[in-house]
Amino acid sequence: MALYSSVIRDRFRKPRFRGAIEQPDVAAEDVNPLCGDRVRIQGRLADGRLAEARWSGDCCAISAAAADVLLEMVEGQPVGRACELTAASLLERLDADIRPSRMKCVALPLTVLQGALRTEVTR
Amino acid sequence: MNMGEKTRRDFPILSRVVNGHPLVFLDSAASSQKPRQVIEAVEHYYETSHANVHRAVHTLGEEATERYEAARDAVRAFIGAPSRDEIVFTRGTTEGINLVAQAVGRTLRPGDEIIVTELEHHSNLIPWQMACRDHGAVLRAIPVMGEGYLDLDAYARLLSPRTRVVAVAHVSNVLGTINPVARITEQAHRVGALVLADGAQAVPHLPVDVPALGVDFYVFSGHKMLGPTGVGVLYGRRDVLERLEPAWGGGEMIKEVWIDHAQWNDLPWRFEPGTPPIAGAVGLHAAVEYLGKLGMSQVAAHEQALTGAALEALAPIPGVTLYGPRNPEMKGAVVAFNVEGLHPHDGAALLDQHGIAVRAGHHCAQPLMKRLGIVGTLRASFSVYNTAEEVQRLAEAVAALRGEL
Repeated sequence: MALYSSVIRDRFRKPRFRGAIEQPDVAAEDVNPLCGDRVRIQGRLADGRLAEARWSGDCCAISAAAADVLLEMVEGQPVGRACELTAASLLERLDADIRPSRMKCVALPLTVLQGALRTEVTR
Repeated sequence: MNMGEKTRRDFPILSRVVNGHPLVFLDSAASSQKPRQVIEAVEHYYETSHANVHRAVHTLGEEATERYEAARDAVRAFIGAPSRDEIVFTRGTTEGINLVAQAVGRTLRPGDEIIVTELEHHSNLIPWQMACRDHGAVLRAIPVMGEGYLDLDAYARLLSPRTRVVAVAHVSNVLGTINPVARITEQAHRVGALVLADGAQAVPHLPVDVPALGVDFYVFSGHKMLGPTGVGVLYGRRDVLERLEPAWGGGEMIKEVWIDHAQWNDLPWRFEPGTPPIAGAVGLHAAVEYLGKLGMSQVAAHEQALTGAALEALAPIPGVTLYGPRNPEMKGAVVAFNVEGLHPHDGAALLDQHGIAVRAGHHCAQPLMKRLGIVGTLRASFSVYNTAEEVQRLAEAVAALRGEL
């Protein structure tokens, strides 16, 4: 059996949402204390929705795939819905059996995204 | 038969199968495995002689005290310390450094300076950051240059009458660099500074003679040298320990106590408040005997050969970058490397699928990672039970890594 799901391997090799937004409305980054990985997420808002979202960073295949799948799930969605997203739904989309030691790799992009959106909401 | 093939029979865990493959354990720098001699010593102690030490007059109390203090004598001899009063049992290297940083920290005055190096493990950095913060002292760092050697010219320039402490790893836990501790100490003593060497990655792998190094403090952990977790050693030169106030208070570290003051116990117990890691010390005693029988010069030669073989096998693999000295004679039993396009954690997870255990990440040395401009590395490390065949299995698996993700 392959170590990572085909979704993870595919997203790691060919990320769809990796990049930067020139003048983002929201942005945040954070570090995984396990490995020092850094994930940054930027977003553009329009009519209460996350109109566009991109991620960047030096990170492992799990974090990269999680970030990419996450942004696919939330782009175009209302900000409120993006804030409610859980790690469980992300895991389901990754179609992967993630060990406890690597759950932080999945959670990091989600924490970063929701941190970015919260800064907007409270602004 | 070489050392690895002979000794591995003593380590029950090495017969494990991991993910369908015989375990290749190359993460001993994080924590070594334990021979049955150590496991049995701890078991025997708990089954026959356990009680608290230095407290009871009953038979078990006396036996436990005897075992605990015998461990101290064994450790003293193992590192060549002149006196048993200079051997303080701790919970590990980290606790030993914190103990010294707090005790010496109290003597710091604003403007005093502490020198560390860029290649320190966080455990020999953060305690000094805290001491500096609490006492207004200034932290300086010796830069790392080239393949991973300390810039000793820069060190000479950093030293001044303001320097109070120099804290340096004997062997880097990432690069493996064996630092010239004796020379560093001699220069530090000329300006009146104290020297602490972090021996966590040295004592398990090299013959260590603390008087020859000349250091004031030398710290290491039991669990990296075939002993149990939860026990470590702080060696402190007697004249230095005698001048220091204890870092922490509690039972055992006192001679007489009144409600508002107390008189401290003699060395070394003055620095051992609370119930010490008794079973840990008993296990460490067995580990020291085990290593002593192998002979530390033989251990060093065996591991140097494995390190050399690993460097040679990994270097030609496309996409592999090696970190640290390339001359195995200049380094301890660790090889840090990266595979292009592969995050260290993914690399380690893939190797685990082949039953190969290596460490991945920043190795608690983030300033060094920043210096190298990387997030982390893979790290293979060797011990007495590793073999040349295991090094080949590692190299074959690493060569196939890039195609696996």
